[in-house]
Amino acid sequence: MAEHSALLKVEDLSRVFTVRRGLSSVRQAAVDHVNLTLPADRNEILTLAGESGSGKTTLARMILGMQQPSSGRLHFKDRDVTRLSGSERAWFRKQVQPVFQDPFATFSPLKRVDSYLYETVANYHVAPRRQADEPVARALEAVGLSFREVRGRYPNELSGGQLQRVSIARALITDPALLIADEPVSMLDASLRMSVVNLFRELKSRQSVVYITHDLATAYYASDRVAVMLRGWIVELGPVEEVLGAPKHPYTQLLKASVLEPDPRQQGAAERVTLSAFDTESFARTGCRFADRCAMVMDRCRTIEPPDVPVGDVAVKCHLYVDGEQPQLQAAATTRSSSSGA
Amino acid sequence: MTTSEVSLTPVTAVSDDARLHRVHSVVGAVRDLLRSSMAFRIGGAILLLLLVLGVLSFLAPYSATDRRVVPNDRPPSLQYLLGTTSLGQDVFWLTTYAIRNSLYVAGLAVVIGRTIAVLLGSFSGYIGGTLDRILSSVTESFIVIPRLPLLILISFMVRGAMSMLMLALLLGLLDWAFPSKRYRAQVLTLREEEFTNTAAFAGMNPLKIILREHLPFLIPFLLADAVSGFLFAIGMEVTLSVLGLSDLGSPTIGTMIYWAGYYQALLARRFWWLGAPIVTSVLLVVGMYLVSISLGSYLDPRTRLKNLVGRAS
Amino acid sequence: MIAAEVQDLRAYYTTTTSTVQRTVHAVDDVSLQIREGEVYGIAGESGCGKTTLLKVLLGMVSPPLKVVSGSVRYRVADGSIDVLKLSEQELRSIRWSIVSYIPQGSMHVLNPVRKIRDTFADFIAAHRPDWVARRDEHVREYLAELGLPDSVLGAYPHQLSGGMRQRVTIALATILAPSLVLADEPTTALDVVVQRGVIQLLQDIRQRTNSTLVLVTHDMGVHANLADRVLVLYAGQVMEEAETTELFESPLHPYTQYLIRSLPKFADRAERVSIPGHPPALDNPPTGCRFHPRCPYVMDICRSVVPPLIETRSDHRVACHLVNPPNG
Repeated sequence: MAEHSALLKVEDLSRVFTVRRGLSSVRQAAVDHVNLTLPADRNEILTLAGESGSGKTTLARMILGMQQPSSGRLHFKDRDVTRLSGSERAWFRKQVQPVFQDPFATFSPLKRVDSYLYETVANYHVAPRRQADEPVARALEAVGLSFREVRGRYPNELSGGQLQRVSIARALITDPALLIADEPVSMLDASLRMSVVNLFRELKSRQSVVYITHDLATAYYASDRVAVMLRGWIVELGPVEEVLGAPKHPYTQLLKASVLEPDPRQQGAAERVTLSAFDTESFARTGCRFADRCAMVMDRCRTIEPPDVPVGDVAVKCHLYVDGEQPQLQAAATTRSSSSGA
Repeated sequence: MTTSEVSLTPVTAVSDDARLHRVHSVVGAVRDLLRSSMAFRIGGAILLLLLVLGVLSFLAPYSATDRRVVPNDRPPSLQYLLGTTSLGQDVFWLTTYAIRNSLYVAGLAVVIGRTIAVLLGSFSGYIGGTLDRILSSVTESFIVIPRLPLLILISFMVRGAMSMLMLALLLGLLDWAFPSKRYRAQVLTLREEEFTNTAAFAGMNPLKIILREHLPFLIPFLLADAVSGFLFAIGMEVTLSVLGLSDLGSPTIGTMIYWAGYYQALLARRFWWLGAPIVTSVLLVVGMYLVSISLGSYLDPRTRLKNLVGRAS
Repeated sequence: MIAAEVQDLRAYYTTTTSTVQRTVHAVDDVSLQIREGEVYGIAGESGCGKTTLLKVLLGMVSPPLKVVSGSVRYRVADGSIDVLKLSEQELRSIRWSIVSYIPQGSMHVLNPVRKIRDTFADFIAAHRPDWVARRDEHVREYLAELGLPDSVLGAYPHQLSGGMRQRVTIALATILAPSLVLADEPTTALDVVVQRGVIQLLQDIRQRTNSTLVLVTHDMGVHANLADRVLVLYAGQVMEEAETTELFESPLHPYTQYLIRSLPKFADRAERVSIPGHPPALDNPPTGCRFHPRCPYVMDICRSVVPPLIETRSDHRVACHLVNPPNG
């Protein structure tokens, strides 16, 4: 029985920036009234998927306490952690640890990488100084590295894949309940990605993971649930087979269609995409933030913010599904999803 | 002499090839420098010479305050290498004491001043917020203080009781403000690096982070800054002494010039007494400068790449 | 017709410090031919020498990089030229007009204090003064053909989205219709949707101008979607080269097999394999076949003899002792 009702509860969380343009200013919500819950009774890998500018990194950094939300609350194990005091922070950080995107930026190039591991052991009192080798070696083993290949090395002596594993190892030393991994494989060579993603799959037995990515292929592979983010909103949230297998929101469909299938026979068959030109254009609008790119856009999409509509196990933020409607999904999207099944 | 901002290429944030940043060993670095830089060879030789002379003072046959131990006003000869003063002192041994004391005052001033500058600037930059605002105001006020007039004033007030230690302390306290702005700026940048976040999640407190994560990046600038501070301290010491405002009983470069002037050494053409401290101070400044620029360019990642390739294969 | 040819190229980086001399064998005995009008992909992990190969292809060879042996020839109107023998002046004249280059991290290449329109203007003034009179028209036409909106011209780089910046940079690099375009990791660090857009753009440009595109990336998915032929590079040496479909259907070299099998396939949750170990440091590469420490089929001969690159099937070259057992 879990002692708390939810591991992590994100309640109506927002982060708003004010951008000044000349004499006027525009308020941009990088994260806009987001709600999310991680269960207490089982470990889960939740993917936050979206393009750059979707707010997924901002949301992650707010959860980690690296950025202050503008409004809303954060609860971890039923404690309000929206604003942490010094001592509370230590308690929090022992249980929630990050894995950053760029393995080469994660460590100072002037320091040996194992120093961070030892620091973590010492500062969180995981083991007395004389016996610090043990938890360090164990953490490295858990990520598939040997003590020997890491000991005494500087970051430039290791490959990106190895460094990222060290970064994960460091995060595991305090045996945290929750890992927040911000695009952990996007800066690695394509051939190395799967081994690290595999690792996250294995870690699920010990911790829950919030896995942030823009690459849906790895998301499908590793996660239990997926939250698709668009310009600060969660537009679709639900079990991975449903969200990525039969995407409901037009944006999710676009993301799925964009995944590069490594199949040369399909060269030229992919549908064309239109990309947004300007960074801030969507923010000034009212209504749905996907309206200018959506093939199924309706009049009300441009003026009224879509509600969050439950459709089975999935929550979709889209006018198309209001009142129990089931719109005809785009033909191309369905053929893609069925052909990539084998 | 006033403080000169030794301008260096700014320490940028993290470079890709850490080999260029990291000095594998001090010995290796010194060897590299000796081989590649004429400036370092000359500057290093000068400083080494001065250091040796300063140490030699411990073996001097006379004490620093002895007078009338040798005949007055003798020009340089084999017996008295740099001649003698009007007070019956051997100029050579007097000079060794002067070097030692000047180095001591300036060195202590630099240590005090730069320690304050690094700590205050770094904390201010790292913690930010209200603390930063308060410390920045304090720093600004110190920058505005007219230092020489203040030193003159204090010297007058404590006339006679100004010891070398006190002078060093004063100089240190008056020379931390401007450099600390620079350290603050660098820490502001370093704070945004991802490894600072890693360190924070590894449980390190701000002091640890500043000392272990950020300080190594500050060191190249710190070295040049220390030289700048050193030259400021020497300059101030000489200025005050020449004005007769420091501890005139102890031999320093400045006090030697004072006494030589007092006894009309220039008019009486007793150049050796006046010449020794002046030449020494010039050598000291030139030596420090040469070492500082060669060290600075050695540590700069861009020239290091050139040097790495230099020896053709 | 051959657009460019590399023969027996060896290019090393040599650095000396007080303590040690290091020679990095970035490109070690590489030979290839790029055919006119094709998309030629160069695949390989970080540190395999592909960026160096690209630099040499462009003639951008400066210390500590040195070409130890070999040649790089382009076909021009009346014969061919050896890029490595050109002077700086001559190189400049062929840059952007005959061969152009899309650097890695293109998004940061645009001048942040100039509007896009002005950046294009500067570029054209520098390389095609005869266009200056009708410059704005030219640029607008070209952007329209590529499907890029007019409005970007009046914007500053920071106002554009990352993907748009990348595409503007590509437009800039290709507006002079060079016959050979070299792209270094054009889709890396971009979102999936933007990657799609960039690939689309490159395809459009190629169709318009019939230029030859050399695409360097570690992402086999990009090669699958864009390339006609692919060269697989490892530790500075060629492991395999074949037509894309052939390569993906029957990869012969164990390294290529791993590269392809390690890609995630959507909707497939089966365990995917990744290559154990990591690429060697090129200052001290393994003897014999450089892949042998990581190869699951390694044999004794692999440790000592470098496998020769042999055309095993039609238009399919492999360097592997397993595939081409040595005689005797």
